[in-house]
Amino acid sequence: MSNVLASDTFIEITYLIATALFILSLKWLSSPTTARRGVFAGELGMLLAIAGTLLHHGIVEYKWIFIGLVLGTIIGVPLGEVAMTAVPQRTALSHAFGALCVTLVGTTEFYLRTPGVPRFLMGVLSLEVILGSLTFTGSLMAAGKLQEILPQRPITYKGQNIVNLGLLAIAIVVAGMLVAHPEKTQLFPLIVGIPLLFGVMMIIPIGGADMPTVISLLNSYAGLSAAAMGFVLDSKLLIIAGALDGASGLILSVNMSKAMNRSFSNVLFGAFGQEQTAVAGKQETRPVRSATPEEAAAILAAASKVVIVPGYGMAVAQAQHKVRELYDALTKRGVDVKFGIHPVAGRMPGHMNVLLAEADIPYDKLLDMDDINGDFPQTDVALVIGANDVTNPAARTDTSSPIYGMPILDVDKARTVMVIKRSMAAGFAGIDNPLYYLDKTLMLFGDAKSFVGSIVRELGGGHE
Amino acid sequence: MKLDLLTSLYVFMLAAFIGFEVIRRVSPLLHTPLMSLTNALDAIAVVGAIIMAGQYHAHRATLAKILGTIAIVAATSNIVGGFLITDRMLRMFKPSGPKKP
Repeated sequence: MSNVLASDTFIEITYLIATALFILSLKWLSSPTTARRGVFAGELGMLLAIAGTLLHHGIVEYKWIFIGLVLGTIIGVPLGEVAMTAVPQRTALSHAFGALCVTLVGTTEFYLRTPGVPRFLMGVLSLEVILGSLTFTGSLMAAGKLQEILPQRPITYKGQNIVNLGLLAIAIVVAGMLVAHPEKTQLFPLIVGIPLLFGVMMIIPIGGADMPTVISLLNSYAGLSAAAMGFVLDSKLLIIAGALDGASGLILSVNMSKAMNRSFSNVLFGAFGQEQTAVAGKQETRPVRSATPEEAAAILAAASKVVIVPGYGMAVAQAQHKVRELYDALTKRGVDVKFGIHPVAGRMPGHMNVLLAEADIPYDKLLDMDDINGDFPQTDVALVIGANDVTNPAARTDTSSPIYGMPILDVDKARTVMVIKRSMAAGFAGIDNPLYYLDKTLMLFGDAKSFVGSIVRELGGGHE
Repeated sequence: MKLDLLTSLYVFMLAAFIGFEVIRRVSPLLHTPLMSLTNALDAIAVVGAIIMAGQYHAHRATLAKILGTIAIVAATSNIVGGFLITDRMLRMFKPSGPKKP
């Protein structure tokens, strides 16, 4: 028996070290210079914890464990090699996998222990499977929308929020009944099935621009469900890892909802993607000034300070490498080029930074909204590529605008504004952008990739 | 049992505070790698699945084996994929070279 005790203590020690490494891993992620060390610490912690677990005296059969580990690796490697443009859907898919693991373990745990599950355990077990299963289907739906397998358009109907909240309420009531009477095992499938349905319903009204918030929120749910699993299995390591993940998702969700000027409770209760009241109808046909690539190139070449504002349109057009060529051509002429990045630009937090870093743009040129906004009054040219609502000055001035109060990039304060855009169609929010009618604004109509390419050719840059 | 629960709640609370403090400091620049890294760390749930799939069960052993193995597959793919892509992304983040004074 003392052998068992010694091996259990050994396992606990590997878990303790793994926990410390996980916290260090996130701490080192705070700066790009130490971030890779953080990944290494995380890997080491993970390896230790798994190796320790494999020594667990209760394990009698290894065959299925190894089949699982090998299959997981076979699936995991290609998921680690996806293109940077596919990172949002990959992230959503990995939330789904994490939630699937938690839900399956929770379900098995229930059927192994029943009858006679203690009340408290039944409570956290319910939390685990409810959060796990809604995150599973919700994340699959989000991944499907991002991959464009499912229609990206938000689908809304009357009473949607009531239906959704009703579903969730039923699941919680059933969970309550199970806590009161843990012997009623026939109720258990309901607290898996209803949240599975809820997860689907929750994502149906979500449009593309809401994705950063939704992915963050699902991240948080996945973490909390793992923490609940830690309570069920009495594993401190799992509680801590889940709490860290939950905290991270929560911070990102709060950031995203702030950046979209939504109250956090509005986001929490799944009330995003509310019917966008069609204000587009009253759009007037005011004159805009447009320019050719030659004119744009001449203005850029004469500037001394340029800020490029990328949006999801740049990702769609795969224009990031052309943007890098533009960055190179301008930098070579001595122009100071920086990038202004809105927190919700793209489809997930930090999406634009990853795309631009992939295109070899130095990270110290990528500035967050709060850091760049003070620069616009001294900026000669603000070049907006595939972004719309996040540059709309109506958010600052027009109290009747649906996006009033949303923090924006103050591109209208630059001396000249150039906007690369396919057409005059309104952005995601369906709101007209007064920026386009300013005297200092030049519209560059065309595909982002080919337009930037033409500017680069005019500047005499291009493929090195 | 009651004490265990209380200890676990303390652990959860402290970990949540540490999480908030540590993650608040992560620059928005790295929010995408942050999400993929926490996702990989979260897949530590694999330890629960491993014990479930490998342990001896008097009842419902097949259920535990099948669901446990699927859970291991799901979590392992997150561990492997999550660390791989996080490292790939972080390698791309480079500071400006000393080419310009």
